[in-house]
Amino acid sequence: MKFLTYIVRRIAFSVFSLIGLSILVFTLSRILPGDPARMAAGPRAPEWVVEQIRAQLNLDKPIYIQYFLWVKDVFRGDLGYSLVTRRSVTFDVFEFLPATLELILLSTIIFIIGSIVLGAIAGRWAYKLPDNVVRAFAYIGVSTPAFVWAIIFQLIFAWWLGWFPTQGSFSEGIIQPPKITGFKLMDSLISGNLIAFKDYLWHMILPSLALAMSPIAQNARIIRMGMVENSGKDFIALAESHGLPDRLIMLKYLFKPSVIPAVTVMGMSIAALLSNAFLVELVFNWPGFSRYAVNAMLNKDLNAIVASVLVIGIVYAVANLIVDVIVAYLDPRIRYMERGE
Amino acid sequence: MPPLLKVNDLYVSFRTYKGILKVLDGVNLHINEGERIGLIGESGCGKTTTMKAILRILAPNAVNVKGRIIYKGSKDIMNMSRKELMMLRRNSISMIFQDPTAALNPVFKIGEQMMDIIKYSKVYEGRRMTKKELKDESLRLLKEVKLPDPERVFDSYPFQLSGGMRQRVVIAMALASAHELLIADEPTTNLDVTIQDQILKLINEVVEKRKLSVILISHALGAVKNMTNRTYVMYAGNIIEMADSHKLFDNPLHPYTQGLIESVPKLTGGGIGKGIKGRIPDYLNPPSGCRFAPRCDFVESTCRKRKPPWIEVDRNHYVACWLYAKR
Amino acid sequence: MNKLKLRITNLTRKRSSLETRKSSPRRESLKRAWFNFRKSPLSLVGLGISVFCIIVAVFAPYIAPYPEHAGYYINFDEAYQPPNWKHPFGTDAYGRDVLSRVFFGFRFSLMMAGVVLSLVVPPGVILGLIAGYFRGTWLDMLIMRIADVFIAVPPLVLALAICSVLEPNVFNAMMAVSLMWWPWYARLVYNTVSSIRNEYYVIAAELLGVTKTHIMFKEILPNCLGPILTKLTLDVGYVILIGASLSFVGLGAQPPTPDLGTMVSEGAKYLPNYWWVTIFPALAIAFIILGFNLLGDGIRDIFASER
Repeated sequence: MKFLTYIVRRIAFSVFSLIGLSILVFTLSRILPGDPARMAAGPRAPEWVVEQIRAQLNLDKPIYIQYFLWVKDVFRGDLGYSLVTRRSVTFDVFEFLPATLELILLSTIIFIIGSIVLGAIAGRWAYKLPDNVVRAFAYIGVSTPAFVWAIIFQLIFAWWLGWFPTQGSFSEGIIQPPKITGFKLMDSLISGNLIAFKDYLWHMILPSLALAMSPIAQNARIIRMGMVENSGKDFIALAESHGLPDRLIMLKYLFKPSVIPAVTVMGMSIAALLSNAFLVELVFNWPGFSRYAVNAMLNKDLNAIVASVLVIGIVYAVANLIVDVIVAYLDPRIRYMERGE
Repeated sequence: MPPLLKVNDLYVSFRTYKGILKVLDGVNLHINEGERIGLIGESGCGKTTTMKAILRILAPNAVNVKGRIIYKGSKDIMNMSRKELMMLRRNSISMIFQDPTAALNPVFKIGEQMMDIIKYSKVYEGRRMTKKELKDESLRLLKEVKLPDPERVFDSYPFQLSGGMRQRVVIAMALASAHELLIADEPTTNLDVTIQDQILKLINEVVEKRKLSVILISHALGAVKNMTNRTYVMYAGNIIEMADSHKLFDNPLHPYTQGLIESVPKLTGGGIGKGIKGRIPDYLNPPSGCRFAPRCDFVESTCRKRKPPWIEVDRNHYVACWLYAKR
Repeated sequence: MNKLKLRITNLTRKRSSLETRKSSPRRESLKRAWFNFRKSPLSLVGLGISVFCIIVAVFAPYIAPYPEHAGYYINFDEAYQPPNWKHPFGTDAYGRDVLSRVFFGFRFSLMMAGVVLSLVVPPGVILGLIAGYFRGTWLDMLIMRIADVFIAVPPLVLALAICSVLEPNVFNAMMAVSLMWWPWYARLVYNTVSSIRNEYYVIAAELLGVTKTHIMFKEILPNCLGPILTKLTLDVGYVILIGASLSFVGLGAQPPTPDLGTMVSEGAKYLPNYWWVTIFPALAIAFIILGFNLLGDGIRDIFASER
């Protein structure tokens, strides 16, 4: 029962934050200098056309009414009309978001496995060579922005070594799978097009890896610290004193308390992946949502901008929520002690 | 009949970033089957380290571990193979830890931890137990340590239990894998005074019932006097005195022991003792010679130069002190 | 006259080892902090890198080999040179010396970090103090709920969003980053203050009738300095990161301003043939962030060991 209350409270909090976010972005977008109606119509359109467009976009009404109307539209699934792509923003979102989500998914898998493995190695051989190597890598990984990794990887592995493609998400001449779910990985599997699946994956590896570097570094450090600290603790000595096999202790009794503090940070890392995806997508020309959003921002495509921020906010909030729930599930102290706050 | 356990010249040091702490400086003690011995000394003198060395569960930064720990007159624990060591830990010797809060893994339920311990203590009996059998056995042990609602405890996390309950759980766990020797490392020090008595009584009961040998470490000197046959006194990594318990407490010989026993306030009056001046030595640079010399009221020049020998002063009453070497 | 002479001789006479000039507890703790800091080689490396970058940034116009390349400069004869003795980092498409531009890039990044942090830290800390001190009241709720909204969104996204509705230039970029940065300090201070707010020395001060301002600033604030200072140092790196990311996308500094992010994005077009145009600025970004991260870790360790 306590668990359920916790989840409900977290969801309520996320919704509240999203509302605040939407208000913020919406207000900002309507305050900017420049005339959105004029921009939509084009510099040579006559004044009455601009007036019509202004009415259409509800720009003549007071701002809170505009917001209200906009919210109504959002719930209907209508995010407005993009000036750049000249079609419904909702359509654009469904077109581009899956590619970004797939990228983030692969990055998440890479960094979770990577940080656990590296953290465990560093913890097991603490203060010796493997540990020092991992820690050195961790410092560099944390300090290097994702797009720097992206450029370096692109240069070395794509251009110089030619092991991976340098741009885009698919190679010329590969038949693309039909759009069933919108997620190319799944679509290619569903339609049995394994060649397209492998090709897509091959294109995904470098960007995902670049995105995963920073989180791997950060979380490996935390896991390593957890393992080193917990190894000397009494509850491990107790487990050893009762003759529990080493493997059991390492994989179960040492693992769980060491990883739990990392899970919170992993959650934040996943959220950070979203923002960093922007930059990496630009470097690799990946047809994802971030690229779309950046274009919208550079072109002052109002609807697209607001929608982008909202979508990203939602994905961020959902990701955080899932992570919080997982953490609460893993660490019983959190869900029982929430009240004490 | 050889002693159940005999520790011979045990040396243990720890590596810290400040340097090497030379904690155990040649510890010698033994316990016979069916015996209960006490081990007293102030915090930090190496009692827990000695016990952990017996089970070979020292912290990862332990170095320079030397000496022999002979089990049942034949096997040296320090040289045991992995398999033999596991058998020892699972079936023969077990330990009750000082701080029950730290001794229980905070993110696992009690039941989970207990079942694993039981599983690995009985698996060598040749059969594997089903989950139900493991749970039943766990509940039986929890009942044995007088926990009022074993089912609920089984399903709880450590932080949901009180200190006294946690210690009972640790004792229950120890019972799962102790069939010959039970090491009780300050089982009551971290508990409320009202609970301490109960826990000691409980330990007494289970030990009687299962005919276990016991090493009792405690600051509750009265309990040690009453519950043990023989008592060792330890200071700064050395055993400095040993005698039958009543004799030791009634007639302490080593200056340190005298100060220790004197500091306990007595109901019969006489006020509080004057304590012992000074502090335990710095293990980074321990004093050569007798480690107690800097604090001793009776110190002589030999004390600072050479470690005192182990001298039998009376029947089964030994001291490590130059004061008694003249005879 | 005699009094003056006495003073001077007192100041300059040799002091015995037992005597010190001002052995106040504060000085002692500073000395200890430095000693602890010195022990960790990584922190020293961090300090070294940070100081190096700051010096380069401050003296860029004097130590850069070609300071005029930092702005408008075109010389197509010199363009596209790979790293050589005249141009250790090579030249870019306009013939500009990449090394000099990187130096000015440090200058630019640190300036941005400095401006943003000086704008953000005082209000953030004060708001956090107030919210934490008056914990549980409407003031607390108000401040923290607003802060939570900002924290709920990934920083980069928010920065991008704000920048996107404004003219793309440095000033707006700094404003945008500042606007969404203060809540982190507020929350940090809030958490620290909440935990020490009910300590005895605070309650004692209240009972004595000391004014709330005094309590907040003289009693509580000094105990928050550790986390604030740590975060501040780490944030220098983080702000530089966000700033570089913004300009990389095109929303921050515009060419020909020598901003590291802009340089990377401009140079990315010339991969892989003229790789030095983009790689060196990219490495420079990593370098300066690494320095401040190591330094920040070192500072955090000092405060952790103090306890």
